[in-house]
Amino acid sequence: MIVRPSRRAEIGQWVFLLAVLALGALLASMLADNLARRNLSFGFGFLGAKAGFDIPFHLISWSTYDTYARALLVSLLNTLLVAAMSVTAATLLGLLVGIMRLSVNWLLRNIALVFVEFVRNTPQLVQIIFWYVAILQSLPPPRQSIVLPGGLLLNVRGLGLPDLVLRESGLFGATGALAAWLAAAVLLATPFVWRLRIRAWRVGTFRVGPWALVLPVLAACLLAAGVERIEYPRLTGFNVTGGTQIPPELVALWAGLTVYATAFIAEIVRGSIEAVPAGQHEAARALGLHQGQRTFLVVLPQAVRIMVPQLNSQYLNIIKSTTLGAAVAYPEIFQIFAGTVMNQSGKEVEIIIIVMAVFLSINLVFSAYMNWYNARVALVQR
Amino acid sequence: MTAEAAAQNGRVGGPVGGASPLAAARVIARVRTWLGRNLFSSPVNTLLTVLVVAFLWLTLPPIFEWMIFGATLSGASKAACTGDGACWTFIRLRLPLFLWGHYPIEELWRVGLALLALVGFGAPVLREHTRHRGRYVLALLTVFPVLAGVLLVGGVPGLPYVDTSQWGGLMLDVIVSFVTVAGALPLGILLALGRRSQLRVIKTLSIGFIELWRGVPLLTVLFMSAVMVPLFLPHGVSVDRLIRAMVAFTLFNAAYMAETVRGGLQGVPEGQEEAAYSLGLSWWQVQTFVTLPQALRHVVPGIVNNVVDLFKDTSLVTIIGLVDLLGATNQALKDPAWLGLAKEGYVFTAVLFFACCFAMSSYGRSVERRLNRHRQKASAQ
Repeated sequence: MIVRPSRRAEIGQWVFLLAVLALGALLASMLADNLARRNLSFGFGFLGAKAGFDIPFHLISWSTYDTYARALLVSLLNTLLVAAMSVTAATLLGLLVGIMRLSVNWLLRNIALVFVEFVRNTPQLVQIIFWYVAILQSLPPPRQSIVLPGGLLLNVRGLGLPDLVLRESGLFGATGALAAWLAAAVLLATPFVWRLRIRAWRVGTFRVGPWALVLPVLAACLLAAGVERIEYPRLTGFNVTGGTQIPPELVALWAGLTVYATAFIAEIVRGSIEAVPAGQHEAARALGLHQGQRTFLVVLPQAVRIMVPQLNSQYLNIIKSTTLGAAVAYPEIFQIFAGTVMNQSGKEVEIIIIVMAVFLSINLVFSAYMNWYNARVALVQR
Repeated sequence: MTAEAAAQNGRVGGPVGGASPLAAARVIARVRTWLGRNLFSSPVNTLLTVLVVAFLWLTLPPIFEWMIFGATLSGASKAACTGDGACWTFIRLRLPLFLWGHYPIEELWRVGLALLALVGFGAPVLREHTRHRGRYVLALLTVFPVLAGVLLVGGVPGLPYVDTSQWGGLMLDVIVSFVTVAGALPLGILLALGRRSQLRVIKTLSIGFIELWRGVPLLTVLFMSAVMVPLFLPHGVSVDRLIRAMVAFTLFNAAYMAETVRGGLQGVPEGQEEAAYSLGLSWWQVQTFVTLPQALRHVVPGIVNNVVDLFKDTSLVTIIGLVDLLGATNQALKDPAWLGLAKEGYVFTAVLFFACCFAMSSYGRSVERRLNRHRQKASAQ
């Protein structure tokens, strides 16, 4: 702007800053006073103390003799696990529902619309509690488990998944774990190699065909070589043994977060695809590209550019919403810290600071990554 | 579609569904064209139609059977629910709890009166053509809260005191939402202006405030209000739990409102501000009379979206122990006389929330359409 702020305003802002600082100091003194009155002290030393409570679901080892600091790590991993599961599932489903919304088929289009409208206009917390209390807790007991295709068992105690049992030693003395890591590495590298190939394909020097599948097949072979057998969840007596058991709390939170985010992502996908100018589609057609090429090489890449910033904020919403796991007692960071640890240690201020700091840092890291990605896919202006 | 066909029919001359075979043939032809275009345009499309119809055939009848045909509404206890369907008796008997919590029954007329006042004050603000809309907004944000507050809390001659711990149900969601909007909108506007300010300190503070609240989950903010705030108050001073939650909601949503308003501010052409300054207006005058009126008009749909989001979020007060609609449902479901009715309870809660949110979303969309219409007209001229 051409108008410079007045001298008075320039000085006024510093007075305002002073007032803010004074308010902060006042609050801090109140806190010190109140803590002294309750014989409490401020500090994060309690993190080194023995926790002494059980965390029913953990990805890394946990015992009641571990410290609060380790409880922080365990619950943070639980938070990240459910966030990652929900982000993945919601992206795929959102893409599907978003494309359904654009279908030429009237029925499909309107079913997607009804789904999106209903989900978007009901609170997420109600949905999560509904999944947990009304659906998962009314499932049959283990003895009458519902058998899903692929050997999955669904019952009131959660979802039983088949598990891969890795070889202790196998070909050339290599263990199954090594093979699994190699397979994962190859699989991770695949999209990057594909990118190169797609570029080559665009300029017409490379035919995509069976070659695209070389890496995934290699990964599958590696994994197959390392796996001794697949262990399916089985019914023994009154309980399910074998396989991996996903607790109902995780399933409910996962379902709740995924379904809610799916509706929002579907709208983002639809809006982004509609925002690509029709001329792009027509021009691609005039060049003689067929339907698949038009969609995947012309329209979708441009839609992705529009999608990325909005998806970014949706993903951040999912991460923040994992705290709703507190309502179904899924042991994520909020439930463990603002619940159990707060009750045990009475360190209210410290714990709120820790939880907020964790979410702020996750947000910052994620935003930084998405901004970097956004800069990569953004249109290069020449 | 049928209405359209009927209109077409009427123009041709024959009465709808009348004796004229020509008209009937036309209707059939139109239906056929529509079906061909929308459901059976290609083999893939036909396959999709068949799959969707099969899916609906499998899912809808059980749902309708449970919700309507096999459901029970009458009776006075769980014993009345003998059918396979839903037991709506439970909802019917607990309706007061779901709607206004434990508000004393003999004082309920006060809630009704407050609701009437809300409609009365709100209607001119939301209507399409209102002169002096600003004045009505001001009345809604100042006169109405005082009036409703006195009505609901009482404590004045003629109106016995009702403690906020007796408030609950959908009423609590509406009250929290209203207070939040009334507080967060002005604060959000100030923050949005602060974020665009040339004063560096103000700008930094605004950005810090906005990003802090937007970076943390609402639940942590609510918990902060519930357990941490008492530690920051002077000894012996206590603030009502509901008020603390409302303050938390207001601060949190002000950050989101600020971002919405900022979008509108960015859409106002710079020339507007420059012209206003050249007329000798001060910064406050420029913002109040030139920039904000143009910016706010265009962010009404965005603000409505924010309001829908925060209305849904009010259900989170359940976790800090307030009895809103969701909390009332949780409470009612624990009643030993009515165990095992979780589906009914949560479906009812979801549908009630849906009705409120869908109405608001629809209003937002209609405003958006209206704005786009004006914009198109403006660009056409």
